[in-house]
Amino acid sequence: MATQHSRSIARLMIAPATILLLGWMLVPLTMTLYFSFKKYLPLRGGDLGWVGFDNYIRFISSSSFWPAVGTTLIIVGGVLAITVLLGIALALLLDQPLWGQGAVRILVIAPFFVMPTVSGLVWKNMFMDPVNGFFAHLWRAFGAEPIQWLSHASLPSLIAILSWQWLPFATLILLTAIQSLDTEQLEAAEMDGAKPVRRFWHIILPHLARAITVVVLIQTIFLLSIFAEIFVTTAGAFGTKTLTYLIFQRVLESQNVGLGSAGGVYAIILANIVAIFLMRIVGKNLDK
Amino acid sequence: MARAVSNRRKMLNTALAWLVGLVIFFPILWIIVLSFKTEGDAIRTPLEVLGSVWTLESYAVVQDRSDYFKHFTNSVIIALGSTLLGVLVAVPAAWSMAFVPSKRTRGILMWMLSTKMLPAVGVLYPIYLLFIELGLLDSRTGLVVVLMLINLPIIVWMLYTYFREIPAEILEAARMDGASLRSELLYVLTPMAIPGIASTILLNVILAWNEAFWTLNLTAAKAAPLTAFIASYSSPEGLFYAKLSAASVMAIMPILIMGWFSQKQLVRGLTFGAVK
Repeated sequence: MATQHSRSIARLMIAPATILLLGWMLVPLTMTLYFSFKKYLPLRGGDLGWVGFDNYIRFISSSSFWPAVGTTLIIVGGVLAITVLLGIALALLLDQPLWGQGAVRILVIAPFFVMPTVSGLVWKNMFMDPVNGFFAHLWRAFGAEPIQWLSHASLPSLIAILSWQWLPFATLILLTAIQSLDTEQLEAAEMDGAKPVRRFWHIILPHLARAITVVVLIQTIFLLSIFAEIFVTTAGAFGTKTLTYLIFQRVLESQNVGLGSAGGVYAIILANIVAIFLMRIVGKNLDK
Repeated sequence: MARAVSNRRKMLNTALAWLVGLVIFFPILWIIVLSFKTEGDAIRTPLEVLGSVWTLESYAVVQDRSDYFKHFTNSVIIALGSTLLGVLVAVPAAWSMAFVPSKRTRGILMWMLSTKMLPAVGVLYPIYLLFIELGLLDSRTGLVVVLMLINLPIIVWMLYTYFREIPAEILEAARMDGASLRSELLYVLTPMAIPGIASTILLNVILAWNEAFWTLNLTAAKAAPLTAFIASYSSPEGLFYAKLSAASVMAIMPILIMGWFSQKQLVRGLTFGAVK
């Protein structure tokens, strides 16, 4: 059906999108690579020459690097564990016959549409503030001393905020996956006397495996680069400095561009490792 | 997989689901309540808050500051502008990949997706520098372009999956009836493509509205959309709960309502068709 003529038109139609994305990818990437091999301090002397791999070594050997890696892993791991486990439970619950299913679903997915700065500030002030926050009032009502959430329990607090934001995403995708499950298979298992727990482990969970993988990979990519939630709550203090936040501080706050760029290259490599797995799953689906 | 269950079971499920739903929704509900209180009442205990007078004062205060609406307008322009521009670029690309697939189509799609995985912080300084050089720092134009580029892969992908669902037989039938390429496009394909394009626009307006890395780092007072404007409440002076609540409610409501209509597209758009 496709003639030579229609093929060249097709190529012409793809060109704008391809060229734009190619530019968007190559230009900044080349610049980041270029800066990463330079001692470059825009506010203190500018370009101070080539330094080889110096920035890469200094970024890793700085005292804030490993704590930032740890913080990143704890946040990503914590949010993933909570959202996937609660997401499965919620998806199973919402799949049951119940009154007002549509309305409940609307309530559950709402947090996903709240902009990150609003969600960070609302949790920080209206809920986690140790004097006027909702939790402080609640704690006092039970005669307990209010907790300084964001300074004394900073990581769990951040994980809670982020989980609130991402639970809807996990739930919605897992629910979509559960609803595509073949009912007959479940009914057959039920008739054979398989208990709910067994039905879950042997039929539902295997069916969900793919959706869970997709949730984990996509959330990992987004969570590795969370920024606004930290920016408005702790600004990186109290051990909440992630790799992304550390690079942001190096580049824009202390204007050490060479060092920050080397960090950026590490972040790009890290994200690509996750991306490879995600792309493989998406690619498989494309062949169908 | 709805199955017949006893009413008792259904009642238990209903109660539990509503309880969980309300707990998850509670923070949003609570800022809606606080937004209708005075600053003095907004910091009292939850029971006192509920018992105090209801007022539109905070909304009036936020309205009075004309800069709130400047930022709201910025959000609208940036979200709509970047999405429409993206769709304009993506429709031809997605179209030709869906209807005239070649050996390279798969590779191009995967490569486009891979550009979405590039962490923003890795290219923060280059973009920042280019913005300074081009005079785009704190301008809406700059943000429209950047947000268009970061959402372009999602737009192309969503459109591609929608276009691919348009059955090719319809095209052949139109051709048999002697339709020209132009009328084929205008009268046969376009009407079938519009729902997919609309869904794509809906989801991407939401994503652009809530984007909070580039909007925070590339704007100051002038071009800041609501994400950046609200971030200025992170170091406030005096009492501000009611004002922050009113500003937040106005910032999230339009998107919340759009979001509720876009549940299905959300799954398709953000999983790149990997979960259906």
